[in-house]
Amino acid sequence: MPYVASSPLTTAPLTPRLRAPARSLGRTLGRAVAGVALLLTAAVLTVGGAGSAQAQLNVDITKGFVDPMPIAVSDFQPARPELAQTGIDIAGVVGNDLASSGLFKTIEKSAFLQTSQELQNGPRYGDWRAIGAQALVSGSVDLQADGRMRVEFRLWDVLAEQQMTGLAYMTTPSNWRRIAHIISDAIYQRLTGEEGYFDTRIVYISESGPQNRRIKRLAIMDQDGANHQFLTDGSNLVLTPRFSPTTQEITYLAYVNDTPRVYLFNLNTGQQEVLGDFPGMTFAPRFSPDGNRVIFSMARAGNSDIYTMDLRTRKVERLTDNPAIDTSASFSPDGSRIVFNSDRGGSQQLYVMNADGSNVQRISFGEGRYATPVWSPRGDLIAFTRMNQGTFYIGVMAPDGSGERMLSSGFLVEGPTWAPNGRVLAYFRQDPADSNGKVTSKLYTIDLTGFNERKVQTPLDASDPAWSPLIP
Amino acid sequence: MSLKLLTIVAAAALALTACESSQQNTGATTGTTQTTTAAPSGPVAGSQEALTQQVGDRIFFDFDKSDIRADQRGTVDKLAAWLKQNPSVQLTIEGNCDERGTREYNLALGERRANAVQEYLVARGVNASRLKTISYGKERPAVLGSTEYAWAQNRRDQFVVR
Repeated sequence: MPYVASSPLTTAPLTPRLRAPARSLGRTLGRAVAGVALLLTAAVLTVGGAGSAQAQLNVDITKGFVDPMPIAVSDFQPARPELAQTGIDIAGVVGNDLASSGLFKTIEKSAFLQTSQELQNGPRYGDWRAIGAQALVSGSVDLQADGRMRVEFRLWDVLAEQQMTGLAYMTTPSNWRRIAHIISDAIYQRLTGEEGYFDTRIVYISESGPQNRRIKRLAIMDQDGANHQFLTDGSNLVLTPRFSPTTQEITYLAYVNDTPRVYLFNLNTGQQEVLGDFPGMTFAPRFSPDGNRVIFSMARAGNSDIYTMDLRTRKVERLTDNPAIDTSASFSPDGSRIVFNSDRGGSQQLYVMNADGSNVQRISFGEGRYATPVWSPRGDLIAFTRMNQGTFYIGVMAPDGSGERMLSSGFLVEGPTWAPNGRVLAYFRQDPADSNGKVTSKLYTIDLTGFNERKVQTPLDASDPAWSPLIP
Repeated sequence: MSLKLLTIVAAAALALTACESSQQNTGATTGTTQTTTAAPSGPVAGSQEALTQQVGDRIFFDFDKSDIRADQRGTVDKLAAWLKQNPSVQLTIEGNCDERGTREYNLALGERRANAVQEYLVARGVNASRLKTISYGKERPAVLGSTEYAWAQNRRDQFVVR
């Protein structure tokens, strides 16, 4: 099969302007770091004549445990020697992304029979079949005259002997890691039929110190743990950050001057502001799906109810008015309904209501107590924390309460958050403290079927993860 | 489950007995010296130290509960009287929970616990403007470790002179 080198048949500008993650926000909360605008363009690469053929290679990720698909990720071939490391690094990030999903098993590079250089003329399929690869990723990296980097990749079906997809990207060289994640997402999407989740970030609470003098800092990193940075300095207690689904903004709880209130943190400017002016503790914030409102709880005279605030008009609406604790509200992705936590029936349970607060219905009926419901971005499931007989669980159920199943359990697992494709969850796991107050808390991810539980590497202890949407 | 709860309550009660008796001892001594002559090294009237010695700086709650337990009412009654004796004192009531709950619910529960004492004090004639409540949920444990004893000690309101 002839391989037409770098012949983009169509060019499609992806997102015209991207903001790089704000870096080194320093120890002060408010110091602004302007995002660097980057130009990223993508071009579809196809093989002449064979581009439209339907490949057979597919991964069904809904089945529960699947045998990971063996995939070979070749180093991206450098067009000039100084790009050699970048080519190796890109392949490394792509391989790590795919393997972390649990759906793919990367084949050791030392087993490869065809070099990345030779691959530029197309795969010798027999060589890849011989080492057990079902899918193959090849690529190249080059620098343009204008200083931009051009990265292209092709995904090959080794058994059907054809290209499944191919794309080229133009970006600034420092952006290579994001390009790698974008390539991983394209491969994941082509092979699973589901949107990827690798070009995302996780905001969370970094923790250190003993139980009674715990230092908590707002922190952010890429979903694979890279590009880690602290957003606050630990002088104020901060809790429960959540990403905006539409903007580079976080809402979270901070105790400033011993006054617990919901805050907004703009990742592009580093600016933070208190959400509204309320007479009582505001907490448990989350954005609405359109990003225009924040839903939160406010405590007045010992009673917590659920409110929303429109970020543009500042209009506040009260959604529950009940002497029970009403908290941890989360919108359905279409914005029409809200799931929340209440003890109005005598113990903590999950309830669903319309977005205007009407038609409240209890949906959790198992043994024990239920908490922290989060509606999946796909709308099909609600993730939660459940506590029963001294054990904590992370579980999911349908919005009508049916089909409940537990994905993980432990002494303390809490606070699930969905990857934007609704297929993977992150949460935190805390171990019992010793008598000196030494406590360990780490972030984990698990796929929806309950397999492939993995620890997310963080510099210190970690809790309260919140997954970002796909970076725009 | 009920057996476990019993154990928790028992542990809490034990802890309390120990805690209260020692506090009552010191409290009684200080109280006596105060009414007779000014003690040369006693705590400053209306100070945090005085509150801790003369009243006790905390009360405890049952698991997932915010009503003031019968065995804790005495401390809150003493607190009400102490606040009347020290009319310039401004008090913050800090509501706390054990680690066996979820973060957001515990913030709400801690708020309830702080408010329970505030309402009790106001009902006994303490001016509400002197009182402030704050919930720390499960973020500020007083006793280290992950034991029934630690949890019973951490389900508490703490009284802080501002």
